[in-house]
Order: sequence, then C-alpha cells, then structure tokens
Amino acid sequence: MSRFSRLAPSLALLPFLLYLTVFLLVPTITVVVGAFTEGGRFTLSNITALVDPVTLAALRTSVLLSAVSALIGATFGAVLAYLVVTGGRRSWLRRSVTSLSGVLAQCGGVMLAFAFIATIGFSGTLTIWLRDHFGIDIFGSGWLFALPGLILVYAYFQIPLMVIVFLPALDGIKPQWREASVNLGANAWQYWTQVAFPLLRPAFLGATLLLFANAFAAYATAAALVSQGNPIVPLLIRSGLSSEVLLGHQHLAFALAFEMIVVVAIVMGIYGLLLQRTSRWLR
Amino acid sequence: MTSRTLRLSLVAAIGVTALAACAPPAKDKGSDGGSGNAATATSADEAGGMDALVAAAKKEGSLNVIALPPDWANYGNIIKAFGDKYGIKVTSQQPDAGSQDEIDAAKRTKGTDRAPDVFDLGQAVALANTGMYAKYKVATWDDIGDQFKDPDGAWTNDYGGYMAIGYDSAKVPEPKSIDDLLGPAYKGKVALNGDPTTSGAGFSGVLMAAVAKGGSADDIKPGVDFFSKLNKAGNLVPVDPTSATIKSGQTPVVIDWDYTNAAHVNDVSTWKVALLPNVDPVGGFYYQAINADAPHPAAARLWEEFLFSDEGQNLWLTGGARPIRADAMVKAGTIDKAKYDALPKVTGTPVIPTTEQTTQMSDYLAKNWAAAVK
Amino acid sequence: MRPSGTFRVVRMLMLLGFAVLFFGPLLAMLDFSTRGVDGSRTWDAWANLVKDPELNRAIVSSLLLALFTVLLMLLLLVPTMIWVRLRVPRATRLLEFLCLLPLTIPALVIVVGITNVYQWVTYLLGDSILNLTFVYVVLVLPFAYRAIESSLSSIDATTLAEAARSLGAGWWTVIGRIIVPNIWSGVLSAAFVSVALVLGEYTIASLLNYENMQVVIALLGKSDANTSVAASLAAIIFAFVLLMLLSVFGRSRRAEGR
Repeated sequence: MSRFSRLAPSLALLPFLLYLTVFLLVPTITVVVGAFTEGGRFTLSNITALVDPVTLAALRTSVLLSAVSALIGATFGAVLAYLVVTGGRRSWLRRSVTSLSGVLAQCGGVMLAFAFIATIGFSGTLTIWLRDHFGIDIFGSGWLFALPGLILVYAYFQIPLMVIVFLPALDGIKPQWREASVNLGANAWQYWTQVAFPLLRPAFLGATLLLFANAFAAYATAAALVSQGNPIVPLLIRSGLSSEVLLGHQHLAFALAFEMIVVVAIVMGIYGLLLQRTSRWLR
Repeated sequence: MTSRTLRLSLVAAIGVTALAACAPPAKDKGSDGGSGNAATATSADEAGGMDALVAAAKKEGSLNVIALPPDWANYGNIIKAFGDKYGIKVTSQQPDAGSQDEIDAAKRTKGTDRAPDVFDLGQAVALANTGMYAKYKVATWDDIGDQFKDPDGAWTNDYGGYMAIGYDSAKVPEPKSIDDLLGPAYKGKVALNGDPTTSGAGFSGVLMAAVAKGGSADDIKPGVDFFSKLNKAGNLVPVDPTSATIKSGQTPVVIDWDYTNAAHVNDVSTWKVALLPNVDPVGGFYYQAINADAPHPAAARLWEEFLFSDEGQNLWLTGGARPIRADAMVKAGTIDKAKYDALPKVTGTPVIPTTEQTTQMSDYLAKNWAAAVK
Repeated sequence: MRPSGTFRVVRMLMLLGFAVLFFGPLLAMLDFSTRGVDGSRTWDAWANLVKDPELNRAIVSSLLLALFTVLLMLLLLVPTMIWVRLRVPRATRLLEFLCLLPLTIPALVIVVGITNVYQWVTYLLGDSILNLTFVYVVLVLPFAYRAIESSLSSIDATTLAEAARSLGAGWWTVIGRIIVPNIWSGVLSAAFVSVALVLGEYTIASLLNYENMQVVIALLGKSDANTSVAASLAAIIFAFVLLMLLSVFGRSRRAEGR
C-alpha cells in the first residue's frame, strides 16, 4: 500500500482537527504567548505580577473556594448518589435526580446566583421569613457576596456534578461483592470499610479533583453574584479586561488566564491518572 | 503518533496562531452611500453646511451609540429626541458597559455596521485612546473653554458633575459630614457606585472621601482608610447600587455623581442628593468623541452637533448634569434657568485630577483597596 | 439485597433533606418573582417574559444558538467519531484527548485568547450573535463526546459496517443510514446536553459583549429583580423538562453486570 493510501483515511479527520485548532488551540496559544509578551516583546513582568500580594490573595481565595466547595460537593454528592443508586436503575427517583443534577451542574451560573439572591439575599424569601417571624437577620452586611456566600452557592452546583460523575462508579459496585463478603462473615461496617470504600476511593478522589477544577474555572456564578471586588482569579481577569480605572492591564489578564490553565491542567492530569486506576476495578 | 507528526502538528498550530494574530484586512466601505464630504469633515462647514450634514445623516439613516444608560444624565430622552427630530434610528448598545468596554467593542466590531459611531468616555480611557477618534469641531466650538477640548477637535468635554451623597430621606438622616456615615444610623446602608479599581465613579467616590478627610488628588490614602473604617463598622455594602437595589431598600445611601444620583428620584420619591458642605467637591467631566471608523460618519457628526446645541445641552441639564456650555448659555439666556438654579450649590474649589494624578492614585488603589475593604 | 426497614426510613429522611435543599431556592424564586407591592401576588414579572422586547430577542437568539450549535456539533463530531472507530482506530486516544481538552481549558481562558479569531469570523461572516456557535461547539464537545461514545461502544459498529459495505453501501450510507440510527440515544443525549449548556452559557457571551439570554437576565437583575428571577426560574424549568424527556425517551445503556 502506498504512503498516501495509508494516510488517506486519516485525512477525513482533517476538518475536525482544523476546527479544534482554530477555536480551541489558537486561543490557548494566544493566551500563553500573551502571558509572556508585552507590547510585542518577550517579558516576564506579567508572570512576576502574579506574585503580587493582590493577585496572590485572589489565587489563595480561589484555591480555598474550590477546595472547600469540592469537599462539600464530594461528600454530600456521594451520599446523594448512594441514596439514588439504592433506588434502582430505572426508578423515577434516579431519573429526576439525574435530570435536575444535569440542569444545576451545567446551566448553573447566572440562574444559580439569582436563585440565592431570591432565597437569602437582602429581600430573599428566607431572609424576610426569618426576619418577620424570628427577628434573625441572616443577610447581615452581605456575606453572600464574599467567600462564605460563594462557597454556599458553589456547593449548590458541585453536589449535582458529583452525583453525575460518581453514579457510574457506584453502578460498578457489583451486588455479588456484597453477597460474597456476607458469605465470608463480614458485617455491613466491614464490607464498607474493607471492600467498598477502598474500591471507590480512586473514583471519589478523582471526582473531587474534577469538582475542584470545575470550581476553579467557574466564572458566571461569581460574576453574577459579586459586583464589587475581585476576590477570586476569574473576577480579577474580568477587571483586567474591562476596568476603566486601571488601564493597560490586559496582559495581566493573560498571565492570570495562563495561571488558570496551569492549575486546572495539573488537577486534571492527576484526575486522569486516578481514572485509569479506577477503570481497572469497575469495568 | 510519531514524534515527526507531533512536531509537524505543533508547527501547524503555531502557524495558524500567528496567522490569527494578524488582524483581518479592513473592510472597504464608504464608496456606496456617497456620504462624500460628511464622512471626513472636521466641521459642519467642511461638510457643506448644516443642511448638507443633516441630509447626509438622514441618508445613512441610523446611528450606533454605546454604554448610554437611559437614566444616566437623561440619555434616554436625548436618544429619543434625536431620533424623533431627524428620523434617524438610534441603536443603543450595551447600556451597562463601561468606558473600556466601549473602546473594546469598537476595536472588535471594526469595519462592521455594528461598530459604535460615537463614544462617551471617562477621563482615563478617553485620554488613553486618542488615536481612535475622528477630528471634528461642532458649530458651538467657541463656547467651550480651551481646557475642555482637544485643540484639533479629537475630543470635547460634554457634561460634568460632582461627587455627591444620595440618600433615601425616609430611611436615613441627611449626612452633614462624611464622618456621619460611620454612625449607627447608616449601618449596612452605604454603597459606592462601583469598585474603585474598575469603575470611574467608584474611584471618584474614594477621592471624595480622601479630600473630605484632608487628602487631595495627590494623596488618596485618607479615602481608602475611611472606607476601611466604614467597612469595619459594617456600614459599607459591597454591592453595586442599581434601580433594583434602591427600590428594595438594600442601598439607601449611594456615593455617586450628582446627576446619576438625581435620577434615583424616579425609583424612590424620597430620594435626596447632597454635596458635602465645607469640602472641596470632586468634579469630573465626560468626553465625547467620534469613532474614526464610524460606520455612519455623517450621523455621528450630526449627533455631536445635536448634543452641543442648546437643545442637547438643556436635555443634559434636565438629567442633573452640568452642560459644558452652561456659562455661555447663561450669558445668552438660552439655558433652562429653573433647572440650572435647582442644581446643588457648589462651594470651594473643584478637585479635578490630571492624568498623572489619576494614574498614581489608581496604582495606589490597585495595591491597597482589596486589603482595605476585606 | 433488599434494604432493611431502618435503612429505608433513614434514606427517605435524607432524600427529603436534599429535596428541601434543592427545591427550596426554586420555590423561593417563585415567591420572589410573584411579589407585588405591599405583599400582594402578581404575575407581572412572568408576563414580562413575553412582553419585554430585549428579553424576547435574547431568548430567540439563545434558542437559535442552541439549534445551530447542536447541528454543527453533530455534523462535526458524529462522522468523525464513527470514522475513527471504523477506519482509523489508532486515532481513538487522540480523539478522546482532544474532545476532553475543553474540560481542561476553561471557557474564561478561551474567551481571553479568542479575540483575534473572532475578528476574522466577523470579517468573513458579518457580525451576529450566531457567530458564538463556533466556540459553543468547542464547549459542548466533552459532554457530547461522552454521550455518543457510550452509545457507539455498545454496538458492534465494525460488523455492521462490514456487512453494509459488502452489500455495496458507500461510506456516507454506512454512517448515515446504518450506524447513526443505532446510536440514536447517544446522539439525542448529546443534543440535549448541548442545548442545556448553550442556554446556560454566560462567560463567553458576556466577555465578547453579545447579548444572549443569560447576559440579558443578568442585566435585568439591575433594574427589575422580579423579572430576572422569573426568567431564571423559567430557564431552569425548561432545561429540567428537556433533560427529563431525554431520560424517558432515551434507551437504556449497558445492562447491569455484563
């Protein structure tokens, strides 16, 4: 077979590859290049700006927000996923939970922000109810718009995401294993701590990492909720791009975007490794 | 994948990126429609006289404006008045955008029909992008002082105002000094219009606090310290004040330009606006400019003529802003006397920072604001 | 193993707890959006959903964007995935890597670097919000890929293709009339997930200054809180109904315990 006719089938992939290159790789390379240039010349000043106290504080808050919301999402999400799995594969419970999870996890953003403003915002339903009936003011001076509030709202889309990602892992727990362990004399506690948890651990950790990356990269929710201040990296990027006071900070935005790629890439890389380990057992 | 394919694909990817980095060729337009003189005229006379300009604008038929909220200095009525007077369709894009967004939108939609024709910009952004403007001197050019316009006509100040404190008189007492805001009557009630590192109005608000506490356009530290205290007292609400937040009572006290504050009377009938007594007021002007690549150049020039005419200036005055030709119009008797006299009285010397002072203050804010109001 | 009695009770309570947590805010949104002056109930905000011209335009734009994104994504992805499975199996890992790459590159990063590309798009195709289709296809790629892949790997595509080819079918017939009908549930799943994602997309639209549904909802929040909350709730319900339909009409995946 000639070189060309061996290559020919691969050529059919060209449109797809070209499309991805233009709309995914080019922007990424633009960002990487932009992080290291200023006015057309190579410079490290943008990268050194990343260790400014302000940018470091934003990175710290971003990492804290992502980590805490990932842990909350992972624990509660795993519990909810387990509750759903015990209901059977085609039950209405499972269907509606997966659908609602799909909605909340993926079209979160602005709508979630408004859901929380409507619930515990200044004139939120819960706020008013507590104020009128118990005299408790849960709105205070606006903790909803700072880190604690962000953690709460983020958890709201992290838990559904965990349900979606972790359900397949729970599906892979074969009932035969439970039966086998009972036959060997194990009680429920021993089954869980010595059989199920160790098997689920890679999937659980991997899912937690996925949740972390998801929270770190999230923009819409914070953008809709926080109107003043740039406590996290994505909002700092927004300010760099559209501030009318601090001009010429576009390249800082590139550097911050580069920082985001690095963090998310590291996390997703570890996730990939854990995924390989999981698939061995739960095939 | 072999390493050779890998190398080839990397080279290809970088090649495509480099290609994309070059801007697309400028669309060749303007040949049809025959705007002719009006497209590059630097004054109404050069366009063949006002009537010729009006005719050329009507032929173009539409105008794109950007970042003009309807309740900002009465822009809603100004847009309507212009459209009704000349029969030109005005498209008001992104009313919520900031000055930098205007420039970004112009760059991004360059060469298309959707590009903004005219800009209304804050000082910092306006003076940083003078290369993007078309030079044009309006008919009433001589009425405007030299310090308020570019000598070649690239930009012109259009209206100005002073930083003031707006408040719902039904919910809080009148603040007689800035330290009043630290009191318990204002707990959880005071909002700044925008983050000072992002928004010009927010920035000027901090400057106002600085001047009130003994600072100046060279020293914004007292202002940052004041807001830090305000935040620790629990009086500062970290939320952008909007129609919605004022109506719901979430932000009963707003630090903002006097004309934008004045508009909130439409949201809450007990809204009042006060300048700080015995404190030099912080002033600011906005800048009008025509996009050098405007898709509707004649309409853009006609818009400028309209804004700087007596009618346009009085419409701004109705919005609570101080039109730039106020002094000349008072002398000529063409100003709306009742509204002019109703403007808040100004005592002391207005503080209007220069570009250098603004840059220095912005840098200080960039380093210290976030930590101060944590 | 049937769950024991106490377990069922505990389970019911915990599910109830989660239900309150997740449906509570939705009910609060309903209450918030129907609040009238002085404690009355009014459906004005919901009426605004059809009356407000800017919101209507944005809803139409978003729906059109969803449609075009799904079409372009299917056109691009389905033939490519089938081709790789049938003819270029060595490229499977590469395809998987590329399709999951958008999960690693946040939308925020894409939009920061995409200005030049979109200048070209605007130059070639004119300026319209529908230009967002191109970058949206990239965003939905990971989810669509997973959905189609799970369907594709559950049928024996190679045998079907060989059989069809031996009967004289051309490649397009194989893809379009043999394989696709068999992976219909995966295709449908990919389509629905893409629609949900496009309807909820805010980051790229707002930073490129286009006014899609989410951007307008966020803007409305500044002047009319009730309407924006009503619009958010309507969007959530719409997406939920969409995904429920998917789970009811989609055929089941791999049977348990194979």
